Amino acid sequence: MATTKMATTRWLHAQQRQGPEAAPSGEAWGSHGSARCGRAIRAALIIQNWYRGYRARLKARQRYALTIFQSIEYADEQGQLQLSNFFSFMLENYVHIQEKDPTLVNRLFGCAPQDDRGRQECIGIIEVPESYSGPRLQFPLNTNSLTIMIEAFKKQQILHAYYVLEILFETKEAMKQMPNFTHIRTCPTKEITICGDLHGKLEDLLLIFSKNGLPSGYNPYVFNGDFVDRGKYSIEILMILFVSFLLFGDDLCLNRGNHEDFLMNMRYGFTKEVLSKYKIHGKKILQVLEEVFAWLPLGTIIDDEILIMHGGISESTDLNLLHHIERNKMKSVLMPPVPMDKDSGTETKKNKGHVPRGVKLSGSPSDYLTKHEWEQVIDILWSDPRGKRGCYPNTCRGGGCYFGPDVTSKFLNKNRLKLLIRSHECKPEGYEICHDGKVITVFSASNYYEEGSNRGAYIKVGFCTTLRFFQYQVTKATCLRPLHQRVNTIESSAIRILKERMVSRKTDLIRSFQLQDRTKSGKISMGQWAFSMENILGLNLPWRTLSSHLVLTDDDGNIDYMTCFHDIHIQKPVKEATLIETLYRYRSDLQIIFNVIDSDHSGLISMEEFHSMWKLFCSHYNLHIGDSQVDELAERMDLNKDGSIDFNEFLKAFYVIHQLDNLSRSNTQLA
Amino acid sequence: REIGTIIRSLGCCPNEGELHDLIAEVEEEEPTGYIRFEKFLPVMTNILVEKRYRPIPEEILLQAFEVLDPTKRGFLSKEELIKYMTEEGEPFSQEEMEEMLSAAIGPESNFIHYRDYITMMVIDEN
Repeated sequence: MATTKMATTRWLHAQQRQGPEAAPSGEAWGSHGSARCGRAIRAALIIQNWYRGYRARLKARQRYALTIFQSIEYADEQGQLQLSNFFSFMLENYVHIQEKDPTLVNRLFGCAPQDDRGRQECIGIIEVPESYSGPRLQFPLNTNSLTIMIEAFKKQQILHAYYVLEILFETKEAMKQMPNFTHIRTCPTKEITICGDLHGKLEDLLLIFSKNGLPSGYNPYVFNGDFVDRGKYSIEILMILFVSFLLFGDDLCLNRGNHEDFLMNMRYGFTKEVLSKYKIHGKKILQVLEEVFAWLPLGTIIDDEILIMHGGISESTDLNLLHHIERNKMKSVLMPPVPMDKDSGTETKKNKGHVPRGVKLSGSPSDYLTKHEWEQVIDILWSDPRGKRGCYPNTCRGGGCYFGPDVTSKFLNKNRLKLLIRSHECKPEGYEICHDGKVITVFSASNYYEEGSNRGAYIKVGFCTTLRFFQYQVTKATCLRPLHQRVNTIESSAIRILKERMVSRKTDLIRSFQLQDRTKSGKISMGQWAFSMENILGLNLPWRTLSSHLVLTDDDGNIDYMTCFHDIHIQKPVKEATLIETLYRYRSDLQIIFNVIDSDHSGLISMEEFHSMWKLFCSHYNLHIGDSQVDELAERMDLNKDGSIDFNEFLKAFYVIHQLDNLSRSNTQLA
Repeated sequence: REIGTIIRSLGCCPNEGELHDLIAEVEEEEPTGYIRFEKFLPVMTNILVEKRYRPIPEEILLQAFEVLDPTKRGFLSKEELIKYMTEEGEPFSQEEMEEMLSAAIGPESNFIHYRDYITMMVIDEN
């Protein structure tokens, strides 16, 4: 029966393209009935074929939208790491800061002034007012506390700073007792659930709990880093995770991710979230958090066979060493270590720290990690697996490396392990297996870039290393929107941010186009256009496929390159075009620098400080901005002419206008 | 089986059987589940040059729906569409069926007005 049907189908395929009406001879397929029936089958085939083609094209669009998001994200991370160069450079030259604010120097070089502020001192003065309607927790905590908190968070309530701080201090003390790697075991009655990046997406965490149950002694979990940043509920996720950790100890393992890092948090939203939810006590919370993050364990090992770490490995990853380093000295990946170690025989790389002359550091050399140790930690938090053999610097992100299947095999064999589970990269299906089944990526933030961009997943590990995979996707509506709508959304979102990138490099792009436009016709070939785009923007994207969204092509296939910028421009508070672009391009960096200088989080820095900082910034990044322009800029930024600058206000002036937007933006801005 | 997606996104429309044959042509000797670009490229170039597996024109597609709707009501019921798509020809998987339905009709409705559906899909593609 099956064979007959198959033969029939093959025959029908041949006929398919003639359309359903082309009459086949009735005898041709034996026992299958009338011509009418044959036509129906043929019709069905046509529809199916068409639909599959359509669907494939949608999937392709979804894929490249994701690629856009991802490459921009990594380019951002690279920018972030390069910022650490700037800090070193800045401190070397910024005499002003050194004299005025030695704590800043220490802050940037990884040795926070010994914060002996006692816990009592910190929390004791905080009172929870009667009017507080959020959850109230009892200490010592119990499982009830967890449920109360979760219910409250579902209702969008905010936990009072008093409880937050209590929980953070408790967590810090408990984590100090933990080794760098937590060793846990499966048993026949318990599966261990492993979750990847959450990035502040509370809905995903709640979805996981509803599908898989709350954590408990019978339902152990491992959370593999990146709990915060980007999403809007990072602090709530931390509270849930920390309370669970305090309640269930080894049954709730937390690994550090590259975003558990206070400098990353400044750029990617967590700092902002805390300061806005906790206007009075936010600073304190951030300070304690810095330490809690530094005390997070580096990884988890199940049954001495499965290693779980956030990023990956490099060819030099030394598990033994990692077991023994003092992990809390790694404050931030962006703070290079002071090379006081003896084994730095080789030349220090440009960005790996050198103590500026004249800087007095408090604390002794033993307060810092050695350069080698620091690199080891960067590798495990930032690396990505790739198909290519060997180990290469991760140029996309700027930190860690790309490691190939050979590196994995060697590492696993050497350490007698069977599997590496990691996170760190968004995958369309929520998880991905590579390197011959030896490396699995698990990512738990669905719709990470945009609604509909990807699924989330978690893995359940059972006795004898059996693995089960579960996927999900958070949806706002009760039913999933049709595929084409979802793809349209993420595609237009991706194109939007890509265009913002383009406009931030407008001058350079135009120069590059013009160089290739020998005849000055305003047009260049597709190949030339793609070359310029890739070169200047530094993004490895399928430019030819994207060209239809970005630029106009004429009938000969040539590109009218100025149309790149037709429907987008930056609002101008200052006249000079290059300056605007530069400020726009570096606005995240500037924001971070500013936040670091403004160590008391007052929101203001002095004109002088800004002036010197900006000049340094330009010289380090090789920007050619004349002195008078900087002066004009400084004056502009001093909104109320009192000699101080509210930097955040100023930065708000730089937003990109998409002409196709219907939103009208008011022309507030500078006097 | 991402090869199918790639080929189709380049504008070709092989059906499942033809796709199967194509994959067999480019696959490695030992089925690793991966396809090498070097092997794929010449085959794909050929397909494009020879203009094989051309997509179905809109009129033919419309005719196909009309075949399934012999009394020419202008629509198909959800059940009818599901029956044809999942039982005849090269049947849809459940995922494919759900996706097609979600685009074709609202959650309440039971009827697919195929003419409008086709028009909508075609516009969206362009």
